[in-house]
Amino acid sequence: MGDEPLVRWDWIWRNWDTGRPDSILALLESHIVMAFLPVLFGLLLAVPLGLASARWRWLYQPTVSVMNVVYSLPSIAIFIVMLAITGLGQATVIVPLTFYSLAILIPAVVDGLTSIPDHVRSSAVAMGFTPLRRLVRVELPLAVPVVLAGLRVATVSSISLVSVGALIGQGGLGYLFIDGWQRQFTTPIVVGIVATVLLAVTADGLLVLAQRLLTPWRRA
Amino acid sequence: MITFEGVTKRYDDGTVAVDDLTLEAPTGAITVFVGPSGCGKTTSLRMINRMIDATDGRILLDGQDVREIDPPTLRRGIGYVIQQAGLFPHRKIVDNVATVPHLLGWDRKRARARAMELLERVGLDAELARRYPFQLSGGQQQRVGVARALAADPPVLLMDEPFSAVDPVVRTSLQDELLRLQSDLQKTIVFVTHDIDEAIKLGDTVAVMRVGGRLAQMAGPATLLTEPADDFVREFLGRDRGIRRLSFIPAKDVRLAAVPADLALDASGRPLGWRTEGGLLPYGTFNPERDSLRAALDAALLAVNGTAVAVDEDDRVIGVATREALDEVLGQYAARHTAPAPESPWPEEAHRTSTPRAAPGSAGEAPGPDEPAPTDPGPGDRSDGEGPHG
Repeated sequence: MGDEPLVRWDWIWRNWDTGRPDSILALLESHIVMAFLPVLFGLLLAVPLGLASARWRWLYQPTVSVMNVVYSLPSIAIFIVMLAITGLGQATVIVPLTFYSLAILIPAVVDGLTSIPDHVRSSAVAMGFTPLRRLVRVELPLAVPVVLAGLRVATVSSISLVSVGALIGQGGLGYLFIDGWQRQFTTPIVVGIVATVLLAVTADGLLVLAQRLLTPWRRA
Repeated sequence: MITFEGVTKRYDDGTVAVDDLTLEAPTGAITVFVGPSGCGKTTSLRMINRMIDATDGRILLDGQDVREIDPPTLRRGIGYVIQQAGLFPHRKIVDNVATVPHLLGWDRKRARARAMELLERVGLDAELARRYPFQLSGGQQQRVGVARALAADPPVLLMDEPFSAVDPVVRTSLQDELLRLQSDLQKTIVFVTHDIDEAIKLGDTVAVMRVGGRLAQMAGPATLLTEPADDFVREFLGRDRGIRRLSFIPAKDVRLAAVPADLALDASGRPLGWRTEGGLLPYGTFNPERDSLRAALDAALLAVNGTAVAVDEDDRVIGVATREALDEVLGQYAARHTAPAPESPWPEEAHRTSTPRAAPGSAGEAPGPDEPAPTDPGPGDRSDGEGPHG
């Protein structure tokens, strides 16, 4: 890399928003889409699956085992397998990352539901809540803190995993790492790292804020 | 009235939690189920609102079999208070209290107004209404639990060890509060506890249960103390049954003597101590209008000269009870107590009027039924609040 400075600001300005898909802004945008959709889908799937696992306990262990196996598979291997099915689109990254999110969120939903103290649950029964109403008005709201904690982990890990998709041409900011590496040019690499970290910190901060707003009833 | 008719609860593994229980919990009275752990008292309670269904027998609520009523509907008509209050942590106090009215479809405004009214009734400040449960002390939470159970004005209240998770001082004041509320509300209450002293203090009727879910004895508290049915009940009642029974004898019959010269008083007539050459010595006080003979005797035992100081509601000395005066009353009591009688010679209500601050009858003289515990003049009844029952 010779006499090149670590960061060439002029490169950043020139590539910030060129309208091409490899401009920094466009990469950021696709990174956000590929990082957040899996968490959203994961959450939508984890709630019913978690409810089922909390309701029928025998489901829980097998579900978690399957999810852990999925989680242990190297992402790059899954991306390559997915290529055959979904081609070179964003779905190739989104589908595997959804499974990773599920692996974190299902246990979070189950733990959230089982963390509800017995006396709270039985007093809800004794007050005359019907099972559905009890779930919606008491159990799900009380599971929120634990689910949100899981959501934070899933979101940050999803943001970092998207970059790996660059190896199959869909990696959002990850493209900058490959680009920089191939050209022995540090600026895109630094930009990629900083942008990814900022994105993760911002997302996490928003979730913490959501937690504050949604659960004012928690001990500070 | 709640009627148990041959109620049995047998689990699939063959364990029998409740065995052929037959009893009646009369309307407007407190019936206490007491016994060691594993005696089926909580199971029995939970069968009333069908949190557990009986295997055999039936439970009737004013003549209707509870199994004919849809559980949520049944439960909305029965107040329920448990240990640790079981408040919903994510709801403000006012909404916690308004839970059942909400479920019954009351409009929001009416439900909240009712909740505020109840918070006041159980002695909680209106400003607590906007807080969340974690911001309240254990005792306050338990009061909210009672308010919540009463919110829809159910005729029946089930209480499952509601006061066992709070410290003894708070427990005493919650017990007194319950008796005060009950004297106004006249609910049909079934109260479960493992604490025999609590059972004796609160119960109009006490059902002692033994392990295996069998009823050992059901009687009024005074009768229970004098005539335990068998060794199990005797052992469960613990020591000092005679002394404890004195709690049911009002102290108002004790003959008071004039204040002797050696009792030092302050400017407003409150006692300071017994004068001796070595300085002031300790004294004990009782309030003849409110306290029991037990408190009077206890007060006497606290003083080196064996004389109890009688005080009025403001702690001002109104006389003293000498050992001889106490002896007279104890003698009368012993004579009546040992006389053979089919029914207990002492009316069960006596303990109500002799229990500090639980006295609907003496409310005229009392400073106000919600007087806080610290004004209690003597250590009397509370001295063994944590008495040995195990």
